[in-house]
Amino acid sequence: MIEYLLSGEFYQIMLFYVYSAILIGAALAVVTMRNSIYSALFLILCFFSAAALWMLLEAEFLALTLVLVYVGAVMVLFLFVIMMLDIKVKAKSGMSNYTKIGLLVALIMAIEMILLLGKKLVGVLPQDDLVKHAQGHSNVNEVATSLYMKYSLPFELASVVLLVAIIAAVLLTLRRRDDYKIVNPESQVHVKAKDRMRVVKMDAERGNNIGGEE
Amino acid sequence: MIWDQIWMIIWTLLKIVAIVLPLIIVVAYLTYAERRVIGFMQGRMGPNRVGLFGFKLWGLAQPFADTVKLLLKEIIFPANANKFLFLMAPVITLATAFAAWAVVPFSDGLVLADINAGLVYILAMTSLGVYGVIIAGWASNSKYALLGALRSAAQIVSYEIAMGFALVGVLIAAGSLNLTTIVHGQAGGIGHWFFIPLLPLFVIYFISGVAETNRAPFDVAEGESEIVAGFHVEYSGAAFALFFLGEYANMIMISSLTAIMFMGGWYSPFSGDSWIAQPSILWFFMKTGFFLLLYLWFRATFPRYRYDQIMRLGWKVFIPICIVWIMVVAVVKVYRPDWIGG
Repeated sequence: MIEYLLSGEFYQIMLFYVYSAILIGAALAVVTMRNSIYSALFLILCFFSAAALWMLLEAEFLALTLVLVYVGAVMVLFLFVIMMLDIKVKAKSGMSNYTKIGLLVALIMAIEMILLLGKKLVGVLPQDDLVKHAQGHSNVNEVATSLYMKYSLPFELASVVLLVAIIAAVLLTLRRRDDYKIVNPESQVHVKAKDRMRVVKMDAERGNNIGGEE
Repeated sequence: MIWDQIWMIIWTLLKIVAIVLPLIIVVAYLTYAERRVIGFMQGRMGPNRVGLFGFKLWGLAQPFADTVKLLLKEIIFPANANKFLFLMAPVITLATAFAAWAVVPFSDGLVLADINAGLVYILAMTSLGVYGVIIAGWASNSKYALLGALRSAAQIVSYEIAMGFALVGVLIAAGSLNLTTIVHGQAGGIGHWFFIPLLPLFVIYFISGVAETNRAPFDVAEGESEIVAGFHVEYSGAAFALFFLGEYANMIMISSLTAIMFMGGWYSPFSGDSWIAQPSILWFFMKTGFFLLLYLWFRATFPRYRYDQIMRLGWKVFIPICIVWIMVVAVVKVYRPDWIGG
């Protein structure tokens, strides 16, 4: 018993429970916080804990990509928008309005997952507690093999769909106003001195009231 | 057994101290160097008074005087500021700036964590630095701070894309995400360094790095003439010092990464067997120092970019060049692999 408590495996399992607890707690905080900035910050904590769990699965590339994409880019824009919107802090959490329907949806999802994982996929789930790869196992190679060799066609299709979505989003927001005042860099670069300034030749003024007063 | 692990944790902590302490001292002297170098470039003296024991020593004790001054000053909280986040923001900035150093190889084998996905780790950590800026801007409850934070967020997210693409070029050239392997791919003199086949990406990476660290000429996030001091306008004392420390640690980070990924890291520019051609940590320090000097040089000589020009440069100039050059590198790597690296 003492042997087991001092082993590295026990340590790893404890880490799993700690990160899972943080993940669930942060996810609850996202929906219960009154201040939307706090909600966004707790969502960041969620992503971080999820990345830590993936790290425990020895999927370090995916874990880092999760941090890079979701925490480093997506959530920055979320926070950006929330700060711009200037949402007032509500006296009461908005949760109560949707509690009943939300709980119903959660219940149905939980039942579905139990049915799927408990009945159909029992044989597929890993039986061993800890994932262990050999030294020098490359997570990146594994991801690349499945993305570009096994599932290359669905992957390419998904990327085309994303590209279409990007173009659509850009087109939807691209409204050119009539009083559009932004400078055109090309005309700025090609401007010549004579376009801006006229040099006038004239004789030197000859006057004797240089001091102003006569 | 767990005792091995406890020993490993203590040993790792010692290594972290061995990286962070010299880093803080370098940051202190970088601020001194910055003021002296810019002073020299602009025909001024810079700080040259504060010395030790009655000797002036060209002002070498100036950083310590500044540190003591900043630590002794009061931290003022603005009215209605969110105190917790207000204090957390500088900590986040500093923590992310230091965390990225975990995978930087200083010399062959001299690295805290030699992980496979080192390049992704660096990108992930440097992309987190923006949270310190955003949270500081929001928690200060000040117009100028919020404006600075929003500018900074938009700028960092934009330049991260160009930076990431430039790193994709390096990754194609080296065939690895591990920073030590990337340096090994550049062995054999200056002709094998990646900055030659990846010249556009090298230039884009360094300029994006300057923009990413909010340094002049891309320092609109703190632009004194427009929004006072941007996101850290409400900070004083030790909290301000942490922002300062984070910014300079990030500058050193970008410089050393440029040295590692494009300039051959710890390899000598000379090839052969003579003493000068031996790989050494000194080469790495010299290269990093050169890029740090470029940072100071930029600040002394370039006027600040206008905000729309910054966005134009990032999205319409850098990203297209990056994409085209990645294609070029990929084709060269497949058909003429001997043209790239050692």
